[in-house]
Amino acid sequence: MATTAESTLSPHGAFTDDLEAPPLTLRQLTWRRFLRHKMAVFGGITLILLFIYAFGGAFIVSEAYSNFTETGIRLSSPSLEHPFGTDTVGRDILARTIYGGQISLLIGLIAVLIETIVGIMIGALAGYYGGTLDSILMRFTEAVLNIPQIFLLLVMAKFFAGKIPNITAFGRDFSGSVIVIIVIIGLTSWPYLARIVRAEFLSIKENEFVLAARAIGTSKSQIIFGHILPNTLAPIIVSATLGVANAILSEAYISFLGLGVQPPTATWGNMLEGAYNYIDTAYWLWLFPGLLIVLTVLSINFLGDGLRDALDPRSRAA
Amino acid sequence: MTRYIIRRILQAIPLLFLISVVLFVLMQNMGDPLATMGGRTMTRKADRERLTRQLGLDQPIYMQYIYWLVGNDWTKVDLNGDGIANTPGRRLGILRGDFGTSLVNRGQPALQVIWDRLPNTLLLMISAEFIIIVFSILIGIYSALRQYSLTDHVITAVSFIGYSMPIFFIALVTMYIFSVNFKRWGLPYLPTVGMFDPQVGKTPLQVLWHMILPVFSIAFISLAGYSRYIRGTMLEVMGQDYIRTAKSKGIPHRDVIFIHALKNASLPIVTIVGLDLPLLLGGAVVTERIFAWPGMGRLFLDHLSRVDTPVIMGILMLISVAVVVFQLITDITYAWLDPRIRYE
Repeated sequence: MATTAESTLSPHGAFTDDLEAPPLTLRQLTWRRFLRHKMAVFGGITLILLFIYAFGGAFIVSEAYSNFTETGIRLSSPSLEHPFGTDTVGRDILARTIYGGQISLLIGLIAVLIETIVGIMIGALAGYYGGTLDSILMRFTEAVLNIPQIFLLLVMAKFFAGKIPNITAFGRDFSGSVIVIIVIIGLTSWPYLARIVRAEFLSIKENEFVLAARAIGTSKSQIIFGHILPNTLAPIIVSATLGVANAILSEAYISFLGLGVQPPTATWGNMLEGAYNYIDTAYWLWLFPGLLIVLTVLSINFLGDGLRDALDPRSRAA
Repeated sequence: MTRYIIRRILQAIPLLFLISVVLFVLMQNMGDPLATMGGRTMTRKADRERLTRQLGLDQPIYMQYIYWLVGNDWTKVDLNGDGIANTPGRRLGILRGDFGTSLVNRGQPALQVIWDRLPNTLLLMISAEFIIIVFSILIGIYSALRQYSLTDHVITAVSFIGYSMPIFFIALVTMYIFSVNFKRWGLPYLPTVGMFDPQVGKTPLQVLWHMILPVFSIAFISLAGYSRYIRGTMLEVMGQDYIRTAKSKGIPHRDVIFIHALKNASLPIVTIVGLDLPLLLGGAVVTERIFAWPGMGRLFLDHLSRVDTPVIMGILMLISVAVVVFQLITDITYAWLDPRIRYE
């Protein structure tokens, strides 16, 4: 603050002013690096628009309308009344992309929350304590990594199918399968994050401030969560952002295969289920939900890429 | 090196054991495999009991696991339901190559069921992987040499889109353009489903013709990531001193790129190819489903929906073993290609 006062009082005019401008804070630097990444800004804005589309659209059309079936007008092509056309039982596809978007985006966000919590816990414990605990946790991580995620997701989706009852929240009914999908995506995608967190912990715990904290008797949980974890936030935020894209794609894959979220609850993924049977008659069945998935995932990937450059300039990916 | 390999193999054993236990437990709660066995008619209660006994499903789960793992020919099982185990078991267990008997294809060994589909999957996936590697190297080198040019930016944008696209979307789009609309416009159109036209028969030309769309879909999705990666490693290598030396010695530009640079840039590529190869074994579940390709991915889906535990476990364990084996091969290849790396 003193610098600011001095520079404004300086008699040498604008030139020194420039030289002695207050140094940018870390946050300003990060923000500046982020804004320089044009595609990331584009991704961020598109993402906000998509959220407005999915959640704001709910004020215009009701959920009942999105589930309203009228077989008389099944598979009608896009028109003024139904801008995106109707599906195989005559539901309005525009309304369903709005409500499906809510579920798809929520699944992405909550699954990543679970992924992040599990990943941080396992990575932090393994990295901080090391030794036997580390070996056990890392073998377990390898075991999960060893099976391609799509197979694991399908097996777990089948395992939990129909075991969770429907729930009511915010005055709406959610199919129990939504919970199942969120949980299984969260439970199968943490290994990469856990490895990142473990690697960060391994290097950071050797620092002197950790030794100092230990010397003054700080509790272990305080050292792990209060001292080391904040220093690993950058890669975690980047990984979590990209994780949302991955979770939305995973949901789309399992729902596409019919093992995901069950109708009438719409998601972008399950709207595409069976659409390939109508490939030569009704392109609107798959085009609109598909485009929304691509747009969302693309925006998140751009955003994640920009965040990586901004938050963690050292680990700049090629 | 030999000691390293032996240690890695020894480490893999508990890993595979852990995987098999977790998967086996997951398998137990997937539904009733007997439900669809009677065909249209309901399975009678007596039949159900008899089938449960014959399939060994009456045993506690740990016994089922042991029978699956090491077989039951060392003990006697109760087949007639009198409570006395007096029939010698005949299963050999997965460790001796007996994957059990498929519940869906009654009487067929699970391994046989999987084995029948494996060539189809490998045909599809190896062609795709070949195209991915060749094209990603070309694209990666091209955009690395013209960094920040318009072409590079276009390639970057397209790779991001490809990377963000679910495979079924690109599959549906290409089907719509090259099959549906080409047919409509009277152009030669590509087939959408199956491996060959039943009226023509399974000729190599037919299979090739049917492979175009699925291979393109798989390749398009993965090309993006690969070519970005190669672009990155190429950019790094091109900045090295030995490249400058080679250039200043007057070696032709093409030789510098393809011999001096690519050889060094290909080291990290070995890693990602090695880690991706075992996944080819499982096939592209979604792609095989859309294009009705009779491969292992579709086998997995079909048999998962009917709780065919021996086949599902077989596929998953084959993939797990393949992942472990290919990781090891990748490490060895890497050390062989790059003498700086030493495993202790």
